[in-house]
Amino acid sequence: MSDRVHYTLYHPKWYRKPVSVWWWLERWPYTKFVLRELTCVPVGFFALVLLWQTWALLEGEVAYQRFLTRMESPAFIALNVFFLGGILFHALTWFHLAPKAMAVRIAGRRVPDGLIVFSNYVGWIAISAIVVWIWMSR
Amino acid sequence: MAETITLTIGRYRPEQEAEPTLQEYEVPYRKDWCILDALNYVKDEVDGSLSFRWSCRMGVCGSCGMMVNGQPTLTCAAFLSSYAPGPIKVEPLQYFPIIRDLVVDITEFMDKLKKVKPWLVRGEEKPLSEGEYLQTPEELDSYKHHSMCINCLLCYAACPVIGLEPGFTGPAAIALAQRYNLDSRDEGSAERLAAVSGDEGMWQCTFVGECTEVCPKGVDPAGAIQQYKLTGATHWLKSVLLPWGSK
Repeated sequence: MSDRVHYTLYHPKWYRKPVSVWWWLERWPYTKFVLRELTCVPVGFFALVLLWQTWALLEGEVAYQRFLTRMESPAFIALNVFFLGGILFHALTWFHLAPKAMAVRIAGRRVPDGLIVFSNYVGWIAISAIVVWIWMSR
Repeated sequence: MAETITLTIGRYRPEQEAEPTLQEYEVPYRKDWCILDALNYVKDEVDGSLSFRWSCRMGVCGSCGMMVNGQPTLTCAAFLSSYAPGPIKVEPLQYFPIIRDLVVDITEFMDKLKKVKPWLVRGEEKPLSEGEYLQTPEELDSYKHHSMCINCLLCYAACPVIGLEPGFTGPAAIALAQRYNLDSRDEGSAERLAAVSGDEGMWQCTFVGECTEVCPKGVDPAGAIQQYKLTGATHWLKSVLLPWGSK
């Protein structure tokens, strides 16, 4: 807490309630916010996995095979499923917040929030379709 | 006997107690009463020592903001019937220092507001003989919703960053800065950016978004802050990439 606040001339004595360390559990929107912030951990996890995979690929076939075996272990599959849930929560909550940060105006009129959210979904589906297409046509 | 409803009201009498306490009052339950009417009933008929702020009773002056069942609320715009059968807990706006009962000290906010220069800044004023600064309906439309702020401070009571970092400039002040930046008659955005991009400015905002949810006037402070961040980041990027082009 900052001690910049000062007793002013006409309010010589007042009380400021301290904020509990559990403030984020007191209201659901706060909890949802903290969960959204915590989903940066799954994002970081997948980035590290990608780095690990790239490293294994550069090391050669044996290293890459070892990487694949590790990924197939039940512990890693469970972790991946759990973190996939986290990353979906991360992506979807940010999709829905996007119109707040982007006040797009076309021909003098503000583009409706729903359309910005929708265009995020369209982009996501399009990129996913390209990835699936590349994967299927190997 | 007529139906009643219980109000549990936060009391703080600095000459009597070290910390706020709660006191219960029974008030008549009337469908056409808002919480502010019930508080006025307590003040007039039950306990004249209860202190709270109010003025217009119609959601314009922004004086009667309080925590109702833990939610920042304009008490003149919240009906008893929405909270029936009660009890209804009424407390002072959270994160602000309490002066007495439901009255909080807003001095810090007034200082923050002044810092962002919420008025039209002109490099050079044109003489009166040249008339008004004209504006098209589209130009008005770009900032109008941010200009509806009544300084009720519900957004400050909804913002956990204000609780954790009381120095944070906060939602209403930054939204007002953005309101003037978007005004076609204004030329003060560079001065405001300097004030708002400091340590206690917009970058403290973590985008919880509750300020916009509780705003009774649709000002959307959360949106204003995120758009301001975008402007600030673009300005910074330009100053790095085109150092000769930026001021």
